[in-house]
Amino acid sequence: MASTTEHSSTKPSLFSLRNFAYQLYRLKNRPEVIIALLCLAFLGFVVLVPLFQIIRDAFSFQSYDTAYVPDAEVGAFTLFHFDRVFVQPISKALFIRPLLNSLGMGVAVTVIGVSVGSGLAWLMVRTNIHFKGVMSGMLVFPYMMPSWVMALAWLILFKNDRIGGADGLLTSIFGVQPPDWISYGFIPIVITLSLHYYAYAYLLISGALVTVDNELEEAGAICGMSKWQRTWRITVPLLIPALGSAVVLTFIRILGTFGTPALLGLPVRFFTFSTQIYASINARNQGDAYVLALVLIVLAVTFIWINSRIIGVRKSFVTMTGKGFRKRETDLGIWRWPATIGVILFLLMTVALPLVLLLWESLTLTSGNYSLSNLTTYFWVGQGNVNLAYGEPGVLHNKGILGALTNSIKLGFSAALFNGFLGLLVGYAVVRGRGLRLSKWLEGIAFAPYIFPSIALGAIYIGMFSTSIGPIPALYGSFAILVLITVVKNLPFTSRTGIAAMLQIDKSLEETARVQGIGWFRRMFRIIVPLSMSGLVAGMLLTFITAMRELSLIILLIAPGNMVLTGVIFGYQEQDMSQHSGAVTLMLVLIIIVISVIVRVLSGRAGVQGLNSN
Amino acid sequence: MEQIQLRGIKKSYGGEVAIKNLDLTVKSGEFLTILGPSGCGKTTTLRAIAGLEEPDEGSIQLGDRVVFSRRDGIIVPPEKRGLGLIFQSYALWPHMTVAKNITLALKEKKLPAAEIETRLVTALDMVQMSALRERYPSELSGGQQQRVAVARLIALRPSILLMDEPLSNLDAKLRTEMRAGLKRLHRDLNATTVYVTHDQIEALTLSDRVIVMHEGKIMQEGAPYDIYHHPENLFVAEFIGDPGINLFTGHVVDGQLDCGDLKLPVSEGMDGKLIASIRPENVRVSNDAKKGWLEAKVENVQPTGADTIIQVFAGETVITLVQSGFITMDYGAPLWLDFDLSALNFFDPQTKTNLAS
Repeated sequence: MASTTEHSSTKPSLFSLRNFAYQLYRLKNRPEVIIALLCLAFLGFVVLVPLFQIIRDAFSFQSYDTAYVPDAEVGAFTLFHFDRVFVQPISKALFIRPLLNSLGMGVAVTVIGVSVGSGLAWLMVRTNIHFKGVMSGMLVFPYMMPSWVMALAWLILFKNDRIGGADGLLTSIFGVQPPDWISYGFIPIVITLSLHYYAYAYLLISGALVTVDNELEEAGAICGMSKWQRTWRITVPLLIPALGSAVVLTFIRILGTFGTPALLGLPVRFFTFSTQIYASINARNQGDAYVLALVLIVLAVTFIWINSRIIGVRKSFVTMTGKGFRKRETDLGIWRWPATIGVILFLLMTVALPLVLLLWESLTLTSGNYSLSNLTTYFWVGQGNVNLAYGEPGVLHNKGILGALTNSIKLGFSAALFNGFLGLLVGYAVVRGRGLRLSKWLEGIAFAPYIFPSIALGAIYIGMFSTSIGPIPALYGSFAILVLITVVKNLPFTSRTGIAAMLQIDKSLEETARVQGIGWFRRMFRIIVPLSMSGLVAGMLLTFITAMRELSLIILLIAPGNMVLTGVIFGYQEQDMSQHSGAVTLMLVLIIIVISVIVRVLSGRAGVQGLNSN
Repeated sequence: MEQIQLRGIKKSYGGEVAIKNLDLTVKSGEFLTILGPSGCGKTTTLRAIAGLEEPDEGSIQLGDRVVFSRRDGIIVPPEKRGLGLIFQSYALWPHMTVAKNITLALKEKKLPAAEIETRLVTALDMVQMSALRERYPSELSGGQQQRVAVARLIALRPSILLMDEPLSNLDAKLRTEMRAGLKRLHRDLNATTVYVTHDQIEALTLSDRVIVMHEGKIMQEGAPYDIYHHPENLFVAEFIGDPGINLFTGHVVDGQLDCGDLKLPVSEGMDGKLIASIRPENVRVSNDAKKGWLEAKVENVQPTGADTIIQVFAGETVITLVQSGFITMDYGAPLWLDFDLSALNFFDPQTKTNLAS
């Protein structure tokens, strides 16, 4: 709306009302402005309003506080929650320990995950390692699994008698109880999360590596630099922006992740921010949870800020032109086979092993007994037996599970559809409105959910939607709120996909239709949508996968009425029903794979591109 | 009758002025070219007529319909102006065949199928593209794409055609061919045409009338002949013509413009500092010494086939000449020059305007 203000400044109108009417009238012919305004209003409502709401709630007495402060006036300003979290003795448990644990976990996983991911990316893109095609496809596989599958597998292997129930595989074979620090807590959490989150760094770095021109390294060679000097002095500095975003992405995701710290941390009372928020909400101390969620957001923002300060200047190294150039591979020499075998082992450990363990677990009659005679298909096809697993029928006959499955798929599809639609509109408004302030705002606010760690966004949404707002009923426990939060959380990615897709479509393609008398809806339908389809489908598939495997984001929002598969798994695991959780997890992963394959086959090459664009 | 009228059009982008108070009329059936260097405001003007840009001030009238008026608060959107526009990029929809590209707008207008087919066939015939109607744009050459864009325009039968540098993406040979095609098209359709280009040859060859623009202002408006021979200002003199016009700066002394190495006769009443211009083809050349002719030395010879561009030094002054035919000369060879005095134009160095106008 830059030109709007310009008008009023160049022409201090005699008839300001008339001028206002004229500005309104102008809008009629500017669909991009109308869409930008609508999108801004919607995003403001689902992103900014909830944020303000929890800030307000954190600073005022709520009805649940009367348990502690009997004479509290609900709604009155107070620092009570902050006092509890930061000052009172309870702060040590509520804030200090979760802070140290979250930071330690975040730093450790980021360092390990990004190092492993970058190393793998270099091997896959820049060397002559064997079986590149298959292995590079398998390396992104963790992307399609919930981040805590590894933790489930870990428990099957290393569970000890700490919380009772059956033993893990290790104990049942060797008869030795692993110590607590192997079974639970910081070390297993860091290991299992690293083995999942390396995939994000791998995708980002390999995408960037593909675009660094070999000629730059060759120029270094001509100047007499050795192979290692070229790598460290030329290639690595050029990759710094991509490394930076890999670090930020991983760190924020770790801050907000819930599943793994819950499965491996809670049994030994190892709390992170995410599990502490969950615990506080369960204990009806929402105020504490809101303050912690705000701290989490502040941490994430600080981290992004530091990162942008460090790599900011270097972003100006624009070498990634996307122009075609020759690619030359580094010859690994005698390390070629050892490296290949190393990657295969890594894949077996991160992809095959957890799935095999889950399958095995789901086939054991008595948990903890891994002998062949103990195998059963009961937990898959059993009809329900009062003596087994509290009478829960097998997965394929279990109404609760099948209902959650239906919900999960519905959630995946509706989130994907809404996200694709919204991404397209945001992309359209941002790209067509280039130069308008409105377009910048929209781009900014569409990116905002990125800085909310998943669990914090969940907490914000509990605060906002637990009561009705005007015509909108209380959404807590409804299916709609799951769709809404998934759409919002994925918006930074889909709107980027939408913007990228729109940038591919030259403005004149739409203008020519416009001049020929074709109206806006028809233009969208006949020209914009078909031309941006492949990018959109890729983005939508990504949302679908994310929605299906998500737990951290929705754990605070699920209730019996809107149960999804990930919630079911978490519930079984809490009740120590590992066969059920194993079977359901396998089913979930299988469905994600099958649907991804179908979508990719139907839409051609779209899928891989989408994964790379994230 | 005036088909297009622009009155007091102003447009700026965040402080950057694109058009300064522009008035422009195009008569029915006229071929008007807006010529100027990039950034002169010519494309903005065209897009304002089409409705793709909204001026800050002024009014635009198409036929007897006001389609934009800031004062009366009228904005008719492009889709309701009923114009035809060809883009520099041709803007063919890549996901549709040639036939679909041409018929989409007709279908959206809900014309009867038989009518659509007739228009499609006629339009494709006119541009000789009938054989390729089921091809996709990516399967066509640049010239074929341009013809499809023209056919799409024809099929809609607009009474006003707008063209935004439609030939600039073609290679030189094809451009000449397509230029002839556009001229024929205009004759056949007799549609009012506004053509935007930075290429003076297109402007001179195609137009009934040319408008030269610079920095958002009209520098000169007139028939191609006048633009070429009687530039109203130094900008037009220098912008038009390839090779460029010769300029000589000097002072009037004793009824002559003394430019150092050469002296040119001036008319009564001219005095002070002046700039004289002469086009390269208005200088006659002799290999033999002639009395009263100016002696010069060959600096550079560039035969282009039909013509030869020769640069010479007369003392310290560089003069460019064009001679017809394929001429070879030795570097440093002597030459004698004679100026066609009737082709001289004189400009005031301060105001940069032609003293004759």
